[in-house]
Formats: sequence, C-alpha cells, structure tokens
Amino acid sequence: MELTTVWFGLIAFLWVGYLVLEGFDFGVGILLPVIGRSERERRAVIATIGPVWDGNEVWVLVAGGATFAAFPEWYATLFSGFYLPLFLILVALILRGVAFEFRGKRPDATWRLRWDAAIFIGSLLPAILWGVAFANIVAGVPIDAKHEFTGDLFTLLNPFGLLGGLTTLALFVTHGAVFLALKTTGELRARANRVAAIAGLVTAVVAVVFLAWTQQQRGDTASLIVSVLAAAALVGALVANRLGREGWAFIGTAVTIALAVVALFVALFPDVMPSSTDAAFSLTTTNASSTEYTLQIMTVVAVIFTPLVLLYQGWTYWVFRRRVAVDQLPADEGTEGAA
Amino acid sequence: MDALDLARWQFGITTVYHFLFVPLTIGLSFLVAGFQTVWVRTGNPAYLRLTRFYGELFLINFALGIVTGIVQEFQFGMNWSTYSRFVGDIFGAPLAIEGLLAFFLESTFLGLWIFGWDRLPKRIHLATIWIAAIGTVLSAYFILTANAWMQNPVGFTFNEAAGRAELTDFVAVLTNPLAVITFLHTIVAALLTAGAFVAAIALWRIARRPGPDDAAFRSAARIGAVTVLVAGLLVFVTGDQQARVMTSVQPMKMAAAEALYETSQPASFSLFTIGTLDGSRELFSIRVPDVLSFLATGDFNGRVEGINDLQAGYQNLYGPGDYRPIIPITYWTFRLMIGAGALAAVAAAWMLWLLRRGSFRPNRWIVAMAIVLPFLPLAANSLGWIFTELGRQPWIVFGLMWTSAGVSPGTSSLEVAITLLTFTLLYGGLAVVEVELLLRRIRAGLPPEPGPGGTTGDEAERPAAFAY
Repeated sequence: MELTTVWFGLIAFLWVGYLVLEGFDFGVGILLPVIGRSERERRAVIATIGPVWDGNEVWVLVAGGATFAAFPEWYATLFSGFYLPLFLILVALILRGVAFEFRGKRPDATWRLRWDAAIFIGSLLPAILWGVAFANIVAGVPIDAKHEFTGDLFTLLNPFGLLGGLTTLALFVTHGAVFLALKTTGELRARANRVAAIAGLVTAVVAVVFLAWTQQQRGDTASLIVSVLAAAALVGALVANRLGREGWAFIGTAVTIALAVVALFVALFPDVMPSSTDAAFSLTTTNASSTEYTLQIMTVVAVIFTPLVLLYQGWTYWVFRRRVAVDQLPADEGTEGAA
Repeated sequence: MDALDLARWQFGITTVYHFLFVPLTIGLSFLVAGFQTVWVRTGNPAYLRLTRFYGELFLINFALGIVTGIVQEFQFGMNWSTYSRFVGDIFGAPLAIEGLLAFFLESTFLGLWIFGWDRLPKRIHLATIWIAAIGTVLSAYFILTANAWMQNPVGFTFNEAAGRAELTDFVAVLTNPLAVITFLHTIVAALLTAGAFVAAIALWRIARRPGPDDAAFRSAARIGAVTVLVAGLLVFVTGDQQARVMTSVQPMKMAAAEALYETSQPASFSLFTIGTLDGSRELFSIRVPDVLSFLATGDFNGRVEGINDLQAGYQNLYGPGDYRPIIPITYWTFRLMIGAGALAAVAAAWMLWLLRRGSFRPNRWIVAMAIVLPFLPLAANSLGWIFTELGRQPWIVFGLMWTSAGVSPGTSSLEVAITLLTFTLLYGGLAVVEVELLLRRIRAGLPPEPGPGGTTGDEAERPAAFAY
C-alpha cells in the first residue's frame, strides 16, 4: 500500500480516537446543567471525566500535527479556510479546559456557576462545529487552483453542514449520557440513563438522515456498508441502555461514532478536500502529501509510539474504572484550603 | 494594519503569553517531583505538604499552558498557510512527534497524578509526576527543533517544481546544533524560573505569614534558591555557547544583539548604545573592550561582522532588500534578558545568605525582593524569546522565505483582527484569574496533613481531595 494511503488511514484513526474520546467528555459537559442539579452532583459529573479529558483532547493536537506533517497542503487549506469555525473551537476549548481546572479552586457559588456555563458552552460549540467542518470537508468546498479556500463562514453554514453539526451534537450528547450512566450511581445514573434513551432516539433519526445524505452526495458501496454498521451499532447501544447494560451501551455509542467517522473518510478517499469549484483543484492523498522520506520517518514513529499511547491511556481508564458516587465526594476542597 | 501585521502581532502575543507558563510548568514539574520524592523516601510529612502546596500552584499554571498551546498548533495553518505549505514536509514532523510522544505523556500522567493520590501505590504515583516531567522536556526538545530549523535550516533541499522545502536528513534536523544548545538553554532557564518561584513564595510566607510552617518553607526557600544559582550558572554557560552557534549561523542576529554596525576585530561589548533612528549607525555608547569578540567567537581577538557589511553581503546573495531586524529591539531585549537573569541569581544568593542561620529578621526590602523575584526569570524568558524571533526577521525561515511571504493569502484582515482581539482580551482576562488564584493559594499556605487515605474494595470511586 502507498504510504500516502497509510497516512490517510492513520489520520482517520486519530480523528476516530479524538471524536470517540472527547465525544463523551463534550457530551458530559453539555449535560452538566441537565444531569447535575446541585453543586455536589455537578462535581460528581465533572469527576467522571476529570482524570481523562485532557488526555482525550491531545488526540486533536496529534491529528492536527500529523496532518501538518503528512499532508501539509491539507493542513494549510483546511486551517486557513475554516478560519472562523476553528477559531471558535479554540476559544471554546480554552474556556472549557480552564473551567475544569479552575472551578473548584474557590468555594463561592457564583464563581462555580460561571465556570459551569463555560464548560457547557465550551463543550457545545465544538460538538456542533466539528460536525459542520467534517460535513463540509466531505461535501466539498470552493477551492481554487492554488489550493486556497475561496468561500467564507457562510459557505460552511449550508444545510448539509448544519445537519452534520446537529449529528455530532446529538451523537456526543448520547455518548456522554451513556458514559455518565456507566460512571455514576443512584439518582445520577438513573437520570443519565433516561437522558440517553431520549437523546439516542433523536440521534438515530438525525444520524441516519445525515449518513444517507452523505451517501447520496459522495458515497460508494464501502461507505454504505460502514454507514449501515454505524446505524446498527447505535441501535444496539440504545437496546443495551434500555436493559441497563451500560458497558455495552457505551461500547455501542463508541463504535457508532467510530464507524460514522470511518464512513466519512471512506467516502472522502482518495480526496482529502474535494473542490466544489472544479474537481481538478481537489486536494488528494497524493497531491497534498509530504515526501516519501518524511512519511517513512513518521510511519516508524507512529508504529512505535501509537500502541504505547493506547496502552497507557487504556491503563488510565482502568485505574479510574470505578463509579463516582455523590455521597462519597470528599469535603469541599475550596473551603478547606481557605481554612 | 494589514492581515500580515495583525498575524504577526497575533503570533507574538499568543506565543509570548504561552511561553510565560511553559518554563514554569517544565521547571515546577521537576521541583514538585523532587519534593514528592523526598517525602516518599524519608516519610517527612512536611515534604508531602510542600508537594501539595506547590503542586496546586503548578496545576493552576499548567492549565493555562495547555490551553494556550492548542492555539499554537492551529495557528500555523490558520494565519501562515503559505509558510505551512512551504515547510510542512520538514516542520510538521517535529510537531506531530511532539504531540505523540510528549503531549500524551504529560496530559495522561498528570491526570493520573492529580486523581491518583488514593488510587495508586505510593511509588507508582510518584512515577506519574516524573513521567509527566519528562514529557515536558520532550515537548520542549521537539518544538525547539522545529523552531531551530526556522533559524538555521538544515537537512533539506529546495524542490523548485513543488515550490517547497523538502526533508533529506531528519537526523540533521534533530541534531541541529542550534536546536541542541537552545534546548539546553531553555531547560535550565525553566529550572531557574521554577526555583525563583518556589523560593520567592517560601520567603514571602516566612517574612509575612510566620508560623508553624516556617521550617518547611525554609527548606523550600533553600531548595529554590540553590536551584536558581545552579541553573543560573548553567544558563550562563549554555547562553554563551548559544551565542557562538548563533554568530556562526545567524551573524546578523548577533550583530543586531550588539548594535555592532561596523565589522570589528576585536569587538567590544556594549553596555549602552544609542543609534540613529534609521538604525544605520551609532551615536553614543559605553563599551567593554574585547568582550563581544569572546562572546561571539570564544577568542578575545576574534573578528565579529557588523550590520552594514552583513546587509551588503545579503543583498549580493539574496537580492535587494532590508535584511536588518529592528535593531533597538534586538539590542535591548538581549541586554535586559541577561540583566534580569543575573538579578535573579543575585537575589537567590542574598536569600541563601539570609537563611544561613535559619531565621532572619524580615524587613521590607526582603519582602520586596520576594515579590519581584518570580517576575525576573519570566521577564528574561519573554525577552529572550522576543529577541530570538525578532532577530530572525525579515526571514520566517532564514535564507529561504520572508515572513511577509508566509501569511495566509485568503484570510482577511478583519478575520485576523477579530481573532487577535479576542485572544488578547481572553488571555488578559485569564491572566487576572490565574494571578488571583495563585495569590489565594499562597495566602492559604500549606494544606493540612491528609489523614490516612486509600480506598480499597469500595465499589465507588472516591476522587482525591486534590481533584476538582
């Protein structure tokens, strides 16, 4: 296989990792005001993702860096072209990251409510915007002969793009609700279970419409099969959630997101950014890539270190595998520190 | 201002801001790991409390370093797409490797450290902070490799047909002499920064909030001050080496650092120079004979090329144009960097003198020193960074691409203005919050000794008191 194809696959893998992992912590952030009804409950909700959200977020940094290294043209066109959406994602990620770290550092309620709002908005915006971005990448955007994006923000806010945003939002909310049901006890767990059931139904409708539309725009047999499997995984997740089998439900939503991302990348290949101006201007795995030599080096590094990362990140999830119970939360650190 | 100017301001502001947190994070990770190691080995509870106290401050600082780092990773593509296309084949690799090797390590193991106090065996928990610390150093190495390539491009060929630089020797990129020396200089500067931070806070506590924890803070003050002195010496040694490498690969930067207009042999070191406004010659200066020759070449009688000769040479080589950086900025940032670092070392020496017999009588000079000290290395770090980046101008990649040619062509000045304004305001606001939180923690003092912890066999997770 061509190294450019290998790297297309690796970049797809990094995005799968990112959206599956940060997908549930975005969902948890969005559901914070819904499921966490008191300060203690909100602390419990945040504690479920506390040890892992930052490691999850690194996946997007590596996806970005790997795109820069393996497909510089793709990186340059995408990041300069999708300028304002990416900027909004950056602002959201900044607010959200700081909010997780800072909210517990002071005991007062107003302080914490403000950071809770930052967590909510900081999770909501990227959950929508990543979907908008990916839908547009797959559908194609105006790109000229020099590989420059020639549209603007409103080019991206087309019906298909917006439906993509709605799809990732619904998927992540469901994924987050299932994760919360898996990681909490008592009332929180029951509430998360109910939210997952409702959000799951909405997701099923939106996601099926989106994948069908994608299929109609750019699909082939392979992407069709993957899309159908993604839909099947979602149904499985909803059934498992219904039966209270939270582990299986979480695996189900994780597989759904993974397959949905794979379906998009399969539909995309061999383009990486199709041009809607003229197919001849499209960025492909070959005309956007780095040299063979650079790809060889990157391949060696990826082959050695990716399994290592998976191993120690997996270990983190094992260490923090237990459920978070509201009544077991320690005394408030903020007030303790001030004493 | 056009999109180019705005993009440059944005890179400058976001990078300098990011770099306020980074050295402190790198250095503190090692000092906190050191405190925890002492606790694990001796069982002395004072060191556990110091670990937690400085660990909290470290985490508040780390949070901002992380989130502002994401902007850096995206910014090349967003504002500098032509640059990204031109260098991606070479420059992207260290960035991707930094993420894969370093960022995953830092974030995952810090998560384990923060939340693992009651979950992990003592020694494994200790290992997590050391691994995170190693992650910060790896990160510094790879990103400085990328930056050094912009200063001194090596291991590449220019592909005329593709219109881009292409990698031919990755080992040469990783062992770029400028990368290696800059890395060492940055790491020891980071330790100096953290040492000053630890020592100054401890001294302030002893002077202004005396109490039962004085003994613990005296230990911290000594450790911090010794770190500053040892690191300070190494900063000096590595900085001296770096100046020599810089003179050989970027002679214009060295000449601009010194505002040395005419080629000299031997060259004197200027303590104070005023030049004409157009930066073509000097009007007045105070000088130490022969020192610049030694700094630049290692020989007191070495020949150092001047700005005017270099400018003429570059015009012959690269065509007409102004190849001089903004001389007053390079000149003053270079000097003030050295001055701020040296002052921090003097303060640390004074502190050790005060602590030589244990207690001392606090006065307002000591308190003032404690308040100023943490800012000296921060200033030196920023100035050094500004110097090395502005000293590279007008090049974005030395000898290959002008900064003005690297900007994204399709991005409007309105777009860049919006992002510049938002980042600046957001960063400013977050700085206020961060300082406020740090002060609150410093005033609160050492946390109480934790009771016997550990959850075994419980069905539910009990997040550590350290957690959110």
